[in-house]
Amino acid sequence: MTDVNQPPLLSIEHINKRFPGVRALNDVSLTFHAGEVHALLGENGAGKSTLIKVLTGIYTKDSGDMMLDGRNVHIRNSLDAQSNGIRTVYQEINLIPTMTVAENLTLLDQPRRFGMIRWRSAQSRAKEMLARVGLDIDPNSLLVSHSIAVQQMVAIARALGSKARLLILDEPTASLDSDEIARLFGLMRQLKEQGMAIIFVTHFLDQVYAISDTISVLRNGSHVGTFKTSNLSQTELVGHMLGKDLDMLQHDQRDVTEAEEKPVVLSLSQVGKTGMLKPVDLNLKQGEIVGLAGLLGSGRTELCELAYGSVRPDQGNKAWLGKLLPINTPKQAIEQGMAYCPEDRKHRGIIAELSVRENLILALQSSRGWWSRIPMAEQQAIVSEFIERLSIKTSDMEKPIGELSGGNQQKVILARWLVTNPTLLILDEPTRGIDVGAHHDILTIIRELCEEGMSLLVASSEVEEIVAFAHRVVVLRDRGKVSEIAGNQISQKSIIQAIAQ
Amino acid sequence: MRFKSIMRLEARTLAPIVSLFLLIVGTALVVPGFLKLSIVDGHIYGSLIDILHRSTPTALIALGMAVVIGTKGIDLSVGAIIAICGAVTAVLTTSTELHPLIVLGCALLAGMACGLWNGTLVAVFGIQPIVATLILMVAGRGIAQMITGGQIVTFHSDFIDAIGNGFFMGLPARVVLAAVIVAITILVLRKTALGMFLEAVGGNSEASRLVGIDSKLLIIMVYVFSGFCAALAGVIIAADIRGADANNAGLWLELDAILAVVIAGASLSGGRIYLGLTIVGALIIQTLTTAILTSGLPAQYNLIVKASIILLVLLLQSKVTQNFIKARVQSFRRASDA
Repeated sequence: MTDVNQPPLLSIEHINKRFPGVRALNDVSLTFHAGEVHALLGENGAGKSTLIKVLTGIYTKDSGDMMLDGRNVHIRNSLDAQSNGIRTVYQEINLIPTMTVAENLTLLDQPRRFGMIRWRSAQSRAKEMLARVGLDIDPNSLLVSHSIAVQQMVAIARALGSKARLLILDEPTASLDSDEIARLFGLMRQLKEQGMAIIFVTHFLDQVYAISDTISVLRNGSHVGTFKTSNLSQTELVGHMLGKDLDMLQHDQRDVTEAEEKPVVLSLSQVGKTGMLKPVDLNLKQGEIVGLAGLLGSGRTELCELAYGSVRPDQGNKAWLGKLLPINTPKQAIEQGMAYCPEDRKHRGIIAELSVRENLILALQSSRGWWSRIPMAEQQAIVSEFIERLSIKTSDMEKPIGELSGGNQQKVILARWLVTNPTLLILDEPTRGIDVGAHHDILTIIRELCEEGMSLLVASSEVEEIVAFAHRVVVLRDRGKVSEIAGNQISQKSIIQAIAQ
Repeated sequence: MRFKSIMRLEARTLAPIVSLFLLIVGTALVVPGFLKLSIVDGHIYGSLIDILHRSTPTALIALGMAVVIGTKGIDLSVGAIIAICGAVTAVLTTSTELHPLIVLGCALLAGMACGLWNGTLVAVFGIQPIVATLILMVAGRGIAQMITGGQIVTFHSDFIDAIGNGFFMGLPARVVLAAVIVAITILVLRKTALGMFLEAVGGNSEASRLVGIDSKLLIIMVYVFSGFCAALAGVIIAADIRGADANNAGLWLELDAILAVVIAGASLSGGRIYLGLTIVGALIIQTLTTAILTSGLPAQYNLIVKASIILLVLLLQSKVTQNFIKARVQSFRRASDA
């Protein structure tokens, strides 16, 4: 498959890329061979997309070398990348849906004569390009008239162009069904036989094992390792992605006192939504922290949304304190005493233009209704109490929240819900993208809240974090619940094994 | 630290107020007697009162527009609503025996019905505000023409006339009426949580939904309010000429209203509502027009001068200019320190 004597098609050595405050790529060295499908794996923020953008010239590397066929190359922009045979297909299809297939395929390089486009020659060229990916469709049909899978193939056909040598597929299967995935894999195998090097980025482990020859794992901007797919077990792989050495995980730090038998606050029975989450059973007891573990795209966020009611489930029932209740909107959830801090803080949490005070008071004010405004003095008292209690760093409570750091924004959003004194608090990735100090503060707050009798449902990609505070862990995989681990059984090892099983 | 944030707040809010002040002072230097007020028959007269008088319709629809824009919307149909409500007032006065108060009520209800239509298209059907209100902007003048039968309908009503041209405690009645509406709006938005909810919906509708704010109802209410403001402006404009002109009443006034909101410092991408400053913005626009006309500048320069001065105000507000000035001031300070 790979000839060791042949120099690699592309090798990168000691690549570094910094952004203000973040080390996005830290001394990454990788080699890609012709005729090889190379899977690039890592959790959010691992550096996959930065690496791809460096390879394709969208970002310029700070330091390091790139060698194509053993020759040093400089890729300054995407045109450089293209002329060196590096082509990319992104998850979001970068084609123009309202144009025909042929127009999309020849958009960047139209055959012309006297400045006029030669449509007939454009069409025959489009036909050739389609034939290369095994598509037999009319080049004059509109792109939108085809399924997403076919559009994806058209995108690949365009990327291949005439002299592609390295094809980067960035999560190409995210919106495909299983038949369509099989078709895409068929094409990938065919290209591989023709000597194409393929970089395959995905979150679906099954697909990695189905198609790839080699796996490279990135974590926090660093290269963890490159492995032959046949020599790497799924459990080891998940361990590498999450940064856990399984043999070192025998003794976990857990300072969780087990919850006694307490009444059930929220009970989900077979709650799910087609295309989003397979039906799930879940009981949340008073004063209990339930952790949601799983890889990216496993359904953690979806379960939070369905439990809270910000997305209406299309199957199953919810019971609140033993009573069957319809909780299908945020309003209904808040009335019962639920609260939800979403993962996407910027787009779903903060209201950037409004002040810290307004952001913090919003949920309480919303539950009281617009006519009974909380008097300014009371607002200020509440806000300064929480600024102190959660040690939120802001020069002043009238500062727009958009000007605060991520950790402090997260604390304000957390405080927004704490002032409503909820019975059940749902936190989706409460420590994502915040600095170490704020990280620690938030974990401390979570524990304190639980001791005060609040129930918490916490989704997190940090297994270590979940082990440290959860009474029970629900493990999700491929948009469904796969197992539940309780009490002393909870360890990083048991969770990782459940994720990888 | 606290002091700094107050300074920052004021620099932004002061800009329109200072602009208006400079404009008045500047005009007074060119036009003698510009600032002069005289009392005739217990009524105050003068250029400044005239500016207040003339700016009332713009100020009213700008008030509604400020709230709509605060929710990330826009209402292009207010000019057409003015025509519809003027037509309703004129036709009901001439062809029925209804009490003028009921006529006024009908005109206001017609405007609110138009707002309900806009709000429903935006909030329920999810049509982009600029497109949704464009429909009524075009169709509204047609509706007004149907009501008036394609004629300019002149009418006489002492009550309506009093609203448009009468005096109350020495001041033009319509100015007092508009001031009352502005005051009530400010009270309702700031003394209830309504203002905060509207700004929250405009700033981030998804985050607002997650905290349980019913944005649909709020957005419908906002367009109804804008329709109400436009209706009142329509009655005033009809009273001005004692007739309803379906083709020209309130023509292009929506653009002046949007301009007033922008001069107040609001962003068209929503999130902040500045009611008081929007009124200042409307006054700036009218002061400019009056100043140009009374300064003896040939009328054909009117639009160009107006546009240039407004461009100047907007450039002063732009982030790029402000950062440039800030950098200049800092380097000047550093130079003088050294």
